[in-house]
Amino acid sequence: MSDGTTSASDELPSSGELRERSRKALGSQRQPTVTVLSSLIAVQDELHYIPDEAIEETATHTNSTINDVWSVASFYTNFRFTPPGGHTIDVCWGPSCHLNGAQNVMMRVHSELGVEGEGETGDGKLTLRYSTCLGACALAPVIAVDHHMKGRMSPDSAAAVVDGLKGA
Amino acid sequence: MSVAFSELRQKADAEWVSLTAGDKPWVRVGLGTSGEAAGAEDAYDALVESLGDDAKVTLVGSMGLCYAEPLIDVQLPGGARIFYNNLAADEAPDVVGSHLKSGRADANRAFAWHGDERPEGLGALSRLTELPTVRPQTRLATKLAGDIDPRNLSQYIANGGYGALEKALEDMDPAAVLDEVKNSGLRGRGGAAFPTGVKWGFLAPNPAPVKYILCNCEEGDPGAFNDKGILESCPHTLLEGLILAGYATNSSNGFIFIRQGHTLPIENSRKAVQDAYDAGLLGKNILGSDFSYDVEVALTGDSYVAGEETALMEAIEGKRSQPRYRPPFPAAAGLWGKPSNINNVKTLSYAPTIIRDGADAFKAVGIESTSGTAILCITGAVNRPGMYEIPMGSLTIREAVEDVAGGIRDGKKMKLFQAGGPLFGPIGEEGFDSPIDFDSIGQTTGSLGSGGIIIGDEDVCAVNLTRNLMAFNQFESCGKCFPCRLGMTHMVETLERISQNEGREDDLALMERMGASMRMGSLCGHGQLGYNPVSSALKYFEADFRSHLEDKKCPTGACGVGHMLTPTRMRP
Repeated sequence: MSDGTTSASDELPSSGELRERSRKALGSQRQPTVTVLSSLIAVQDELHYIPDEAIEETATHTNSTINDVWSVASFYTNFRFTPPGGHTIDVCWGPSCHLNGAQNVMMRVHSELGVEGEGETGDGKLTLRYSTCLGACALAPVIAVDHHMKGRMSPDSAAAVVDGLKGA
Repeated sequence: MSVAFSELRQKADAEWVSLTAGDKPWVRVGLGTSGEAAGAEDAYDALVESLGDDAKVTLVGSMGLCYAEPLIDVQLPGGARIFYNNLAADEAPDVVGSHLKSGRADANRAFAWHGDERPEGLGALSRLTELPTVRPQTRLATKLAGDIDPRNLSQYIANGGYGALEKALEDMDPAAVLDEVKNSGLRGRGGAAFPTGVKWGFLAPNPAPVKYILCNCEEGDPGAFNDKGILESCPHTLLEGLILAGYATNSSNGFIFIRQGHTLPIENSRKAVQDAYDAGLLGKNILGSDFSYDVEVALTGDSYVAGEETALMEAIEGKRSQPRYRPPFPAAAGLWGKPSNINNVKTLSYAPTIIRDGADAFKAVGIESTSGTAILCITGAVNRPGMYEIPMGSLTIREAVEDVAGGIRDGKKMKLFQAGGPLFGPIGEEGFDSPIDFDSIGQTTGSLGSGGIIIGDEDVCAVNLTRNLMAFNQFESCGKCFPCRLGMTHMVETLERISQNEGREDDLALMERMGASMRMGSLCGHGQLGYNPVSSALKYFEADFRSHLEDKKCPTGACGVGHMLTPTRMRP
């Protein structure tokens, strides 16, 4: 699933390259209505985060100010401003998952990753996020690996998924 | 019938016949978000690889029988469909392969059959429509879910799709379509249950040249997945409804509004819109008529409040999804200041059946106060979680849990249900015999809302569930109104303290006071209803709170796993 995702451990692209890729993403939006929000979504789909360069390019592209763009980017919780790990694991904590043992899954994922909350592992290779609802509530508890759903999780099966990623 | 449509229809019919009664068997693999989580994609890949040219293998939508996923069915040319449940990638090639080779279903592994004639050699195998999860259903909006490839326009048309639009454009003027929807008694399915025909009636007479119908699929309610379910399994049903709404209200544009990251609903609706344009079902002079209409898919970032109707318009405009002051109301000045209507996915998805079969047929389903169906997502501690479309008022909560969802797992007792989204709290035994319709559930402290019903068993502590709901509400407060932003935060801290047996004597009174401020000082329902989960929990489960506060212990042990792990971000 990892299609050339940026890993924090890899060498980071240059500022010029980020700017170039941002511009390309901004210009290739297919829907008729292009806004600050649609532009930020397009950039993050391409770069997996929003670098400062993309904020500036988005402002230029949408004829708005850097302030306008930051106000939108900082509001929606899906946007991030540093490169994510090579793989992202979402663990759902919505009520359906919660009642089916999501907290135990979450604690086990924490210990497998050696983290105490959301964010990147020490080596920067994996990113953990808490999700309010992944939308597969009937298969609770649910996790997602690089946006790919995995349901009916137990602490053990979640640990196995995480282990599989560590080697990858 | 217009020439344009009869050509589409002929082509679609021919394709359908070749799929169901052609020279090769048809293998359908159910893929919704829940199917994906159950491993349906892997099963599909394994089948494609192992069957090669021996069969057509297609990813279809989800029937809603999530407990049975991956759900795969095999149809030999002209024969009945044989369903296999929980058929994952490791088993699927063998089971389906030997079925195709021998021409006989695996009687031990089969789950149900569907067709005109009972296939031989399957003993007492249940008919699909006789399954306890299917028999109580009347599928109107989800009728084709699981039957057709959601990314294939022809398969929708071959099954009656766009027939309602054709009928409206050929035989009805916009006012007649509006009247039909008014007469059907359809009420909005986003939760507010406002009569849809009346809402459309606010927009229809406005002479403005640009008017919008906005379809809301933000669907942030945890435990609800029926909007996404329709979009990922049968997006053309919604699209046809959206075009009908545009016609009835003389509107110019439609938006399908979805949260980013929900891949299947987004991809399938984008494909549906594109295919509709290519077939002349969208754009200028639809099917050769005078009516022109444009639709696009707009994405929002992650924000629960974006599902509120005025915040939704802010998000489509590309801004922070924070609610607007009203008035002006959207029908007067909405998206970009233009007259707008906001409808839920389910609401619009009923429009095709209402126009095709008439208002009376729709009213014949459900009860007098609410016609049509309720599309339920039953999850939590039940044996058969899934999405079930039942006639409004036809079952009580208890019946839905016991008869449809297969009762509580591990033979345990049901302690509570939680319905209507995270701004409503847990409801106890007294509410279990409430019929499932807007007004009856509304008599409890809950709401039918969007149709998500989460079931808790005897091991659930009401304090634990309530702090989970409030943690969600805190995380999702948009921050515009400080009573909501700060009140939610303090409420979570207070519940956290109570759950860890460190509550203070006046904590319950404190939360009630905060709730009153939030109700009075918030612009939208998020803050106004913010105290609901706590007041509901206290009404039915005060003993759970007392146990934590006075006996310093959790009544079930559920709170014992320590502080709840939830994000603590607050929007700047």
